[in-house]
Amino acid sequence: MAMGGILVLIGYLIGVAFFSNAYAGLILALVIWFIMNLVAYFAGDSILLGISKAKKITHDDHPRLFNVVEEMKIASGLEYMPSVYIIDTPAMNAFATGRNPKNASVAITAGLLQKLNRDELQGVIAHEMAHIKNRDVLLMSLCSVLLGTIVILAWYASRIMIYGAILGGGRSRRSGGGGGQGQIIIFIVAIALMIIAPILAYLIYFAISRKREYLADASAAQYTRYPEGLASALEKLSQSTHKLETANNATASMFIINPLKRSERAAADLSSTHPPISERIRILRSMAGGASFYDYNTAYSAVHSGKSVMGAASLTGAAPVSIRGASAAAVAAEPEPTRIERARETSNVLWKYSKHKLVNCQCGTKLRVPPNYRHSNIKCPHCGRINTIPHS
Amino acid sequence: MAWYFYLIIVLAVVLVLFLLFTYNGLIRVRNQMKNAWAQIDVQLKRRHDLIPNLVETAKGYMTHERETFESITKARNLAQKAVGTGVGAQSKAEGELSSVLSKLLMVVENYPDLKANTNFLALQEELSSTENKIGFSRQFYNDSVMGYNNKIQMFPSNVIAGMFGFKTGEFFEIEVAAERAVPKVSF
Repeated sequence: MAMGGILVLIGYLIGVAFFSNAYAGLILALVIWFIMNLVAYFAGDSILLGISKAKKITHDDHPRLFNVVEEMKIASGLEYMPSVYIIDTPAMNAFATGRNPKNASVAITAGLLQKLNRDELQGVIAHEMAHIKNRDVLLMSLCSVLLGTIVILAWYASRIMIYGAILGGGRSRRSGGGGGQGQIIIFIVAIALMIIAPILAYLIYFAISRKREYLADASAAQYTRYPEGLASALEKLSQSTHKLETANNATASMFIINPLKRSERAAADLSSTHPPISERIRILRSMAGGASFYDYNTAYSAVHSGKSVMGAASLTGAAPVSIRGASAAAVAAEPEPTRIERARETSNVLWKYSKHKLVNCQCGTKLRVPPNYRHSNIKCPHCGRINTIPHS
Repeated sequence: MAWYFYLIIVLAVVLVLFLLFTYNGLIRVRNQMKNAWAQIDVQLKRRHDLIPNLVETAKGYMTHERETFESITKARNLAQKAVGTGVGAQSKAEGELSSVLSKLLMVVENYPDLKANTNFLALQEELSSTENKIGFSRQFYNDSVMGYNNKIQMFPSNVIAGMFGFKTGEFFEIEVAAERAVPKVSF
């Protein structure tokens, strides 16, 4: 809202300053904003999934991941099952996208999928599911469109102004007379706003983004009834050293942790899409009483010296919600694959989607044949048998 | 026209609007509750379908657990019969099934051959995920019941609820003996 106001104001001032008509600039701003909105609304998710090179999976490709997504869909009370994607990169991150719950997608990197146990995976997916349920994807993409438009307009406006000054065509000077002084004042205000507006827009954008992250963390705790799952997943995430190459400024707020920031800062940072991980972990871990929004808010206040993260309306009338135990204790003998099994589970999906053929040698070795392999036979490196490659 | 004539009209409009919104609100939460119950039903049915497969696969390996298998099959049939008999009766039968199932899954550790069977592992993943889904849909259902009951019992919506005969929703509680027992740790 605030950013829309800034956009309208800057459009108005551009109009006054350059077209000697307030409405021309305003209409320009609105047209740009409208077109960008349409693109973000209808193609935002496919663009994001496309540039991340995400592969859509089915239940049989990775039953554990698919089941966890379905579990969290049920816990959040969403009506539709989101599409599930895996991104082939050792970087550790996850994001949700989609303009509404009906067209939503959840994506997770192979690196993260391999590192997390079931409780942690549940926490991460619950966080993403909360973004879908709270419609954060729509909110943040609208905000980023607004932000982008403000920045572009301010940039062009300042260029036009500089060149206008160099070429010496001062309309205000030529017109002279009584209107001159008023126009100079408007000019100065316009320049000041062009500098301040983008900075302001950035700060508002980041503040909204951080607030939605806290809210998604609180929802994740409520869905899973197990804040420790997300907390320990965040801990593993913060130790990752791989950088996600496909992330950029526009998509940063969609991810579970900021994909761009390398160094973790202890203090709250005004120019970050995400709150510091250490702080998020601390809040989740100090939720001693229960797993409801009320408990999260209490934990948040304890960490932030009395400040509150949620409106009073979302806190009243909530029933006490108790935290459950770790899944291994609650559900007897939950199949918990080891780290190597998890890595194999994930890489099998990726092999399949990179169109490698699987040849089972009699000695038990599994051969992965790349799609550009020309011959019809392949020799097993372990036992030396010649295997025929099946035609697909 | 006297001023109190307008006052009466305004009051009547306010009363009708209040009636309308409260009634629709009650219907909305009741439908949400019913929908949440349907979600539980889907998962319970899935569990009933999975159990025969699991028993069939595990039977060949777990030769010493004949009694457990029999009790599982019996509990499953009872639970299947309880479908549609009301929340209370059904949650009792399902609780019975959950506790015998958890007994079986606990002794799986003693059969390394069974744990190497990929078919069984896939079934086990499905079954434990279905258990989780039952848990999460129960959690969502009970939250919906809580919201609905609050509306029915709190003033002023309780007046409307009483007029139209809204009945309080029943919680779905699965009582699993193993869940309440102190976890046994063996080294």
